[in-house]
Amino acid sequence: MKRFFALLLFILASTAWANVTNMPKPDIGKGGQCVRDTQWMRENHMHLLKHQRDETVHKGIRDDKISLKNCIECHASLKDNSVIARDDSFCVACHRYEAVKIDCFECHSGTRKSAWLLRNAK
Amino acid sequence: MNDINTQRRNFLKTSVGAAAVAIAPGMLLFDMAHGKSEPVNGKVRWGMLIDAGQCKEGCNDCVTACNKENGLGSGTLTPTSAQWIRKIEIKDVSSGRELSLPMMCQHCESPPCVDVCPTGASFKRPDGIVLVDKHLCIGCRYCMMACPYKARSFVHEPLHDQNPDVPRGKGTVESCTLCVHRLDVGKQPACAEACPNKAILFGDLNDPNSEIAQKVHIVASVQVRADLQLNPSIRYMGL
Repeated sequence: MKRFFALLLFILASTAWANVTNMPKPDIGKGGQCVRDTQWMRENHMHLLKHQRDETVHKGIRDDKISLKNCIECHASLKDNSVIARDDSFCVACHRYEAVKIDCFECHSGTRKSAWLLRNAK
Repeated sequence: MNDINTQRRNFLKTSVGAAAVAIAPGMLLFDMAHGKSEPVNGKVRWGMLIDAGQCKEGCNDCVTACNKENGLGSGTLTPTSAQWIRKIEIKDVSSGRELSLPMMCQHCESPPCVDVCPTGASFKRPDGIVLVDKHLCIGCRYCMMACPYKARSFVHEPLHDQNPDVPRGKGTVESCTLCVHRLDVGKQPACAEACPNKAILFGDLNDPNSEIAQKVHIVASVQVRADLQLNPSIRYMGL
């Protein structure tokens, strides 16, 4: 009986471990926390972005803190300055895992502004 | 006792002064680096006064500056190239007088592009800038038909590596934004800054102390197609 429980425990533990290892592991760039805690941001970042886009386009409010540009500034990969370039890039990693297609970057740049400036300076 | 008090007062005065001097540049830097958190208000009306007499034939500096600032691509024009500002040459057939001038979105007070837009994507900001909200634009191009100045372009091809300040994408209509991303941080539009002859004067038409309002008050200037009564913010002199 003891052996059976040990086996059961082993199976459960290993499936739990497998779930953990399958989780997306995004490259968070510089990272850090400036708006809200990580779990809140995971659930609600899209509402903040959508609210801010209307404020910016229609009223000219360019508050840095929750602008898409500012998110990218910290979260773009330190390797390639992008949030969309690779499978484990900050935006791509989770959105691919959850199968949620985003079209932000059809128009918006996914590159850190400072890096873009360096590349496009005359 | 009195002596001590004066010293204390003086010390406080100087330290407050020193603190103000130390903080002020920081505050200015903060304001420059960060966008405004206040919404734009309707007291301002951005406009331009373009001196056609100063605009030189063959000079394309405003167009080049616009293309670079907004990432419209350089090089040769193709049938699908975006043109936010373009140089036009006009000639009076009877006198033979020739003129060269820049033409772009005239930022009308009553914009026909806004009237015809079925989704509300084409809109006028309170400070008079006519823009396209590309989140709402469905690319129907009614606004391009409605504009009497042929000021708008449609993005036909997929784009890459846009300026982070100027999002643009396939399937939407776009036009001159008066460099709204520069205005909102206190800079001038790229074309006005680039003109070697200072033929483009940019400013607030509603502010009686601004250079543009004072000049509009004393020199003869016209609006293009004034007969349509759209009241554009872009005015031309020397036509």
